[in-house]
Amino acid sequence: MQTSSDNILSAVRIDKGFPGTKALDKVDFHLQRGEVHALLGENGAGKSTLIKCLTGAYRRDGGNILLDGVEVDPRDTFDAQRLGIGTVYQEVNLLPNLSVAENLFLGRQPRRFGMVDIRAMNRKARELLSEYELKLDVTRALASYSVAIQQVVAIARAVDLSGKVLILDEPTASLDAHEVAMLFRIVRRLKARGLGIIFITHFLEQVYEISDRITVLRNGRLVGTRNTAELDRRDLIAMMIGRELAAEIHAAEAHAAEGGEPRYRFRNYGRRGRIDPFDLDVRAGEVVGIAGLLGSGRTETAEVLFGAHRADSGTAEIDGRRVDLSSPRAAIREKFGFCPEDRKTDGIVGDLSVRENIVLALQARRGWTRPISRAEQNRLADLYIRALDIRTADREKPIKLLSGGNQQKAILARWLATEPEFLILDEPTRGIDVGAHAEIVRLIESLREKGMSLIVISSELEELVAYSTRIIVLRDRAHVAELGGERITAHQIVEAIAAANERRAS
Amino acid sequence: MKFAKALASATILAACTFGSASAAELVVGFSQIGSESGWRAAETTLTKQQAEQRGIDLKFADAQQKQENQIKAIRSFIAQGVNAILVAPVVATGWDEVLQEAKDAEIPVILLDRTVDASDDLYLTAVTSDLVHEGNVAGKWLVDTVAGKPCNVVELQGTTGSSPAIDRKKGFEQALSGHDNLKIVRSQTGDFTRTKGKEVMESFLKAEGGGKNICALYAHNDDMAVGAIQAIKEAGLKPGTDILVVSIDAVPDIFQAMAAGEANATVELTPNMAGPAFDALAAYLKDGTAPAKWIQTESKLYTQADDPMKVYEEKKGLGY
Amino acid sequence: MTSIFRTYLARLLPQLIALSAIIIAISMTFPGFLNLEIQNGRLYGSLIDILNRGAPVVLLAIGMTVVIATKGIDLSVGAVMAICGAVAASFITSGHSLFETILITLAVGILCGVWNGILVAVLDIQPIIATLVLMVAGRGIAQLVTEGAILTFNDPGLIFIGSGSFAGLPMPVVVWLVFGVLVALLVRQSALGMLIEAIGVNRQASTLSGVLTPVLLIAAYMLSGLCAAIGGIIAAADIRGADANNAGLWLELDAILAVVVGGTSLLGGRFSIAASVLGAIIIQAINTGILLSGFPPEFNLIIKAAIIVFILVLQSPRFRTSFAFLAFPRRAAKTTEQEAK
Repeated sequence: MQTSSDNILSAVRIDKGFPGTKALDKVDFHLQRGEVHALLGENGAGKSTLIKCLTGAYRRDGGNILLDGVEVDPRDTFDAQRLGIGTVYQEVNLLPNLSVAENLFLGRQPRRFGMVDIRAMNRKARELLSEYELKLDVTRALASYSVAIQQVVAIARAVDLSGKVLILDEPTASLDAHEVAMLFRIVRRLKARGLGIIFITHFLEQVYEISDRITVLRNGRLVGTRNTAELDRRDLIAMMIGRELAAEIHAAEAHAAEGGEPRYRFRNYGRRGRIDPFDLDVRAGEVVGIAGLLGSGRTETAEVLFGAHRADSGTAEIDGRRVDLSSPRAAIREKFGFCPEDRKTDGIVGDLSVRENIVLALQARRGWTRPISRAEQNRLADLYIRALDIRTADREKPIKLLSGGNQQKAILARWLATEPEFLILDEPTRGIDVGAHAEIVRLIESLREKGMSLIVISSELEELVAYSTRIIVLRDRAHVAELGGERITAHQIVEAIAAANERRAS
Repeated sequence: MKFAKALASATILAACTFGSASAAELVVGFSQIGSESGWRAAETTLTKQQAEQRGIDLKFADAQQKQENQIKAIRSFIAQGVNAILVAPVVATGWDEVLQEAKDAEIPVILLDRTVDASDDLYLTAVTSDLVHEGNVAGKWLVDTVAGKPCNVVELQGTTGSSPAIDRKKGFEQALSGHDNLKIVRSQTGDFTRTKGKEVMESFLKAEGGGKNICALYAHNDDMAVGAIQAIKEAGLKPGTDILVVSIDAVPDIFQAMAAGEANATVELTPNMAGPAFDALAAYLKDGTAPAKWIQTESKLYTQADDPMKVYEEKKGLGY
Repeated sequence: MTSIFRTYLARLLPQLIALSAIIIAISMTFPGFLNLEIQNGRLYGSLIDILNRGAPVVLLAIGMTVVIATKGIDLSVGAVMAICGAVAASFITSGHSLFETILITLAVGILCGVWNGILVAVLDIQPIIATLVLMVAGRGIAQLVTEGAILTFNDPGLIFIGSGSFAGLPMPVVVWLVFGVLVALLVRQSALGMLIEAIGVNRQASTLSGVLTPVLLIAAYMLSGLCAAIGGIIAAADIRGADANNAGLWLELDAILAVVVGGTSLLGGRFSIAASVLGAIIIQAINTGILLSGFPPEFNLIIKAAIIVFILVLQSPRFRTSFAFLAFPRRAAKTTEQEAK
């Protein structure tokens, strides 16, 4: 690995693991002087872990970081700042009740006779901000300015402190178009001054507008680094959600055509502000995959189907019978089940045992007056611990002590214990290790074979292709395409997402 | 209750602004602390009764335990040009300014029931009882009653650190000093409540041989005594006979107990502070006789010989 | 069965140790402490006093335990006690039968719980704020009912609840024993206990699993209100009068403390009613011990605080890990349980 003299920051073979998962696996990342380098990937791809390793917020397990060709090892974010790596987050982490000038010079105020020289500080603050075409009253509280201005103040402080590398983590998330334009002018100016800028966002248009190069991570691995000008949009999406891994085989193909009449029929189903009304049919023994980029309305679709957020338009029918799915309880009555995306906040009941977590939904459906006997609880728990190979010392262990994959399996068991007929899985394989991953994919297949209807949301395209009989593509909180039969390939999914994206871009 | 009173006082205040009293009639403002206890309610009732008897037009204001409300009420009395102001001050400090305002307006102020930390030329007089004296009266009664026989006394104190608890203990001990036959063997706080009075008495009984070693109970208020009497009964002893019971305040319920022979004596903390106050005021307004700066109310001793049922009937209607 | 008993014992062990230590300490300074005799057909002695005097806090702690298990807290119980005492006194003095009086009083307590529960479960107000409303307003309501005075009564039936006895035990003890056992059975023999714990640990996940969260939350506060109502009746019956100013004053804090001493986390989840009852008895044992000790009253609160700090330190995770050998009986109980299978 040669260190080009142009590289201001090089991260070589960075490793970082958390219990149960490998967050970064030998990731290389090179940032050149005077470039804007976009760092992309779906949720959980490892972007923020990489940034935290670079800024010392996390201790990396392995690999080297070179700044200006010299090996560095930032112990914490202050150390990184001192070395020259400054970071600005989406949530501005300055002190809103202090003045702009105080925020700029916090911890390093100019002093005279041991006292803070406020006049000198304000003068220096005005000078500093004039470089950012900002004329502010620097004595006013930071909070009195817009988020965009606060963002610029944060950048000014970070650049003034560090001056070599600037990391912008989702800086445009809460800005309007005008403010984004202002921010980008500043970014270009800093780039011209020779700073290396790492830009993290999930707005692809902005990536094409501002960045020189793009690095994509997926599942903690480096997918590749490309020049922005040479990478077309659909190839970028393919890099982000994975196509080259997809063997283009379509396992579910054989079962796709059969099935006949749909059991579940949703018409004009939706909820304002969350997901546009959509039509959806699901047959028995069918897996409907839901694909789309982050924020496209995948989870919102699942939540509205399960009644976690009540639908405010449309109808739902099961076998031609109108049903009410206005709450999770109502959905559960209709034999629905839902494994949510955020296991920790929506799935596991941490302090309770694996046994109690497994019987929870069944017990809730039976009502508190009809308790499941302890013997029956034990039987159910043992049954699913064995069937799903949940690794736990015993069924009485608090579920929070299990690894992510085993927690996920226990949540699945919770629903299987209710003998559901319609199961919604939101990112069932996120954040779990490879072994458990494969087991869950196999489980989905076997449930479908038993005649269950499943909705599976995943950012792993090859996975979706492997088990889906049909795929719904989402964009901007709307269902935009449906792929079936032969068209279920990772390539087609990428095309559908990109087409939607291009339409939006144009 | 409180709300009703607050409303009532507000309407009275509002009414004052137009309907003014006849020239001959004396108009007196009364700023009461609130109605936190039965005794306080009785004081309010008696003050109103006393005013009525004397043909005084009383403007009543309930401060709901807040000094700022009292100051507001006093300012409003000054603005209405009343002839005199009665105040039962909720706290001791912070009165100088508003009292000076009253003085400047040449309106005499009389303090009821409690005193303030302010120069005594800012008010006409203070009508209060003497807490130490109350304890002393109770102690003297006990000394006289046991007449030299040895006697172990248990004491139910008021809320720890409160001035009635400190002073009533002090006065009682003064009365007992020099009488070696009387000994305080146990002393605990009963927080001035019946529940705690009963609980603490139960423990005294256990600690003193099931009550056989106890000859008398001295309680800093009647409520604790009423609770303790129940404890004594439940322990299989006869209160008033096996254990003498003396307490302070003279609330109606203790007279019932005295009538039943279960309590022996109580020292009255009279709720009639207004009577002496109005007398002093009348004298002052008539010929400028300045009263003493402190008018001590009578700490009257009631025993079973004083027809307790009659006193009970008298007191029952006062709002205790 | 024995294995279940053993796990139960293991759960209650710290509280039992603390209680025994306190009882031993008191009986060393005050020898007559353990004496029990029959007097007027009932047991008489300091130990009985502890059980009897502890009744209101025990009852409040039962309800508080369930509320705390839902990750809530009920600050209003002391005030609800005052309201219910006042209601009971005013109904019995206005000529209603004992049965009617008790029924109405309990209904009022439950109604207070419904109010709290709706604020918490439906309006989603933080429990500490939601119940603060009634804590502040409740005493005023009670004063309205009694018109500021102590409302005394002479109904022998109502008085019996406060100072009568049954099978040698004071009625308040009988009441809390029976009620505590009933609640513990209800909670553990039905699925309520598990569902309440699930809500307390993760309300969102429980709702998504189909648990009827709002109803169970309201039920928890209703139970707490019911407990306060019973406590209020006992407190009023004890002194034959309703004292709106002082009944139940600060007892909500004693009840919370009892739950904490009983080892239930204020963060919700796992709870044990028996442990909270023991916690309440521990607190009362300290109170009674202090009264018997003959120390001047100025020391009461300091002694109480010191003992409680000591108990809490014994329970703290750090202390337990540093003195792991103390946890040995726990582990022993667990292994025997596994052997029993």
